Amino acid sequence: MIEIRGLEAAIGEKPILKGIDLTIKAGEIHAIMGPNGSGKSTLSKILAGHPDYTVTGGSIRYQGIDLLTLPADQRAQQGIFLAFQYPVEIPGVSNIYLLKAALNAKRRAQGLAEIDAFDFMQLIKAKLALVQMDEKFLHRAVNAGFSGGEKKRNEILQMALLEPTLAILDETDSGLDIDALKIVAQGVNSLHSKDNAILLITHYQRLLDYIIPDHVHILSNGKIIRSGDASLATLLETKGYAGIIQ
Amino acid sequence: MDNRNTQINQFLNKEYEHGFVTSLESDALAPGLNEDVIRTISAKKNEPDFMLQWRLKAYRHWVTMTEPAWAHVHYPPISYQDIVYYSAPKQKKEALKSLDEVDPELLRTYEKLGISLKEQERLAGVAVDAVFDSVSVATTFKEKLKEKGIIFCSFSDAVQNHPELIKQYLGSVVPYRDNFFAALNAAVFTDGSFVYIPKGVRCPMELSTYFRINAANTGQFERTLIIADVGSYVSYLEGCTAPMRDENQLHAAVVELIALEKAEIKYSTVQNWYPGDKDGKGGIYNFVTKRGACRGDHSKISWTQIETGSAITWKYPSVLLQGDNSIGEFYSVALTNHHQQADTGTKMYHIGKNTKSTIISKGISAGQAQNAYRGLVSVLKGAQNARNYTQCDSLLLGPDCGAHTFPYIEVKNPTAQIEHEASTSKISEEQLFYCQQRGINTEDAVSMIVNGFCKQVIKQLPMEFAVEAQKLLGLSLEGSVG
Repeated sequence: MIEIRGLEAAIGEKPILKGIDLTIKAGEIHAIMGPNGSGKSTLSKILAGHPDYTVTGGSIRYQGIDLLTLPADQRAQQGIFLAFQYPVEIPGVSNIYLLKAALNAKRRAQGLAEIDAFDFMQLIKAKLALVQMDEKFLHRAVNAGFSGGEKKRNEILQMALLEPTLAILDETDSGLDIDALKIVAQGVNSLHSKDNAILLITHYQRLLDYIIPDHVHILSNGKIIRSGDASLATLLETKGYAGIIQ
Repeated sequence: MDNRNTQINQFLNKEYEHGFVTSLESDALAPGLNEDVIRTISAKKNEPDFMLQWRLKAYRHWVTMTEPAWAHVHYPPISYQDIVYYSAPKQKKEALKSLDEVDPELLRTYEKLGISLKEQERLAGVAVDAVFDSVSVATTFKEKLKEKGIIFCSFSDAVQNHPELIKQYLGSVVPYRDNFFAALNAAVFTDGSFVYIPKGVRCPMELSTYFRINAANTGQFERTLIIADVGSYVSYLEGCTAPMRDENQLHAAVVELIALEKAEIKYSTVQNWYPGDKDGKGGIYNFVTKRGACRGDHSKISWTQIETGSAITWKYPSVLLQGDNSIGEFYSVALTNHHQQADTGTKMYHIGKNTKSTIISKGISAGQAQNAYRGLVSVLKGAQNARNYTQCDSLLLGPDCGAHTFPYIEVKNPTAQIEHEASTSKISEEQLFYCQQRGINTEDAVSMIVNGFCKQVIKQLPMEFAVEAQKLLGLSLEGSVG
């Protein structure tokens, strides 16, 4: 589904990623773990097309296309979804409006007609149930005044609606209490299928108790220094980054 | 950030859509202003003597005045002798009996602007008075409104047919001595709209005036007078456009509203005069005096404005809260781009007891534009229990624009409660990226965020106008779901 080869990237003059190789196939769940400043979030932003980061080397092929040539909105329309670590607030814009605009942007890109209001309501109600969110969230301004947990659930709600091919979850577990973490994990698991892939970016092992990855990669100083199966995360938990990195 | 600003700028650099010129033969005076010009205008309009005398008093006062310079706007001196003060499309007959007699070229102009006068006649909902350069060319639905005793006609017609109302109310809210531009308007105004809603009548449709400047070097000086008699209600809308020209053109209008006991007037404006080009060349100077008087107890006047056009906008729709328990409201969106300048706001004078006012102002600046909110809340000595709530928010797009807030509060009664909130924000890169990551392109994302910012004001507009306003702001319709 996605092949990252020798990816190097910088923010301004500062190199962050120093040659990343990563292949994710349909149906797989990968986790990228690493200490602060290792480049985890940078990788997610680059996959999503954030304009602040400059790719200085390497390539990314996604479903046969050169991903780096596409602007962020088109990547999203092609099925790349980023659940943000810090979802932004957009005052005055209702959540339902953003959700509908996002779904219709994707439908337009697929050559489909815009969804009608009635069908949309049916659809979104089903998705709300999945993340155990109340309908009143639809009519609040996007993330405005949401608690940390509500913001993260709102990200998963968007993911549920947009049904991405590749979902990148950037520190989705941070700031969640255990109940919210379970809800989010259940939501993600129910959305996972053999046709899509999930890339989890996380600091801690605890999310991986609920979403079991097929592959775990440890990122340090802009490079993947070790890859393995789910047991690598457990090892990391006991030894710490320091124990693995040296 | 640069990259992002370019995206925002491309979105903001859309061409002005109403910049075409209609070729029509016009009956115009030579440029310049003196007493003879005023006499000629008055004679052309066949006005009664009291009108001429009023104009002359205004003119004589105007020549003693100097142009004000306190606003946060900059422009080269205006040469008042180079302006044409009267220009009217030539009509075959003196008075038109129906729309069929209007020059088809004129009707086409309004159709191009999306206002089909013919269609308006058939579709119920909005009655339109179309003002082209200096004169009103057509008013629709006149007859239907007449059945309810409502008078909706051009100012000129009102002078001919209802001189007693004009005599009683003209200049009673904005006297000719009020300010430089009001005095000039009183001297030379050529047309405008007139509305009278009789006692206890709720006007069954939106009344609207569409102002169009067409001729070059012409000033547009219209005057609108709306009187809502005891217990009546009216919602009135105005829209404005002008061709693209390299010279600046002056628009100095006066609007007077009078609400008697328990009457309510809702006045909405979508102002899209030509704003000038990207480099700040050309555009309309929109120097307007708008004021309403809540004369009666329990009366209400509400101003809503969407200001997107004009090189310079300088206006403060105000309310004199004279009646006890009267209410004044001001809802404003002012969007300035490129080199546009806006200095706009309101004045709320609390005079009667238990008077209330609400001010919601949303300023959006982009490019090199400057946007100022200037507002006065004045509570007079006798105004027991006055209440005011003011909220001024500014949104900046890009690094080169400016937002300024000048709130003035004068309170002479200790029972007053005044609240003021202000904020300034930028469309952040992170907000844009968030929307883009959800598949929404930059243009739609900017629209969505701006729309969200303006929502409180736009929802005050009547439905038909809300749609037009959102299109104008480059917005897609928010709230169409749920």
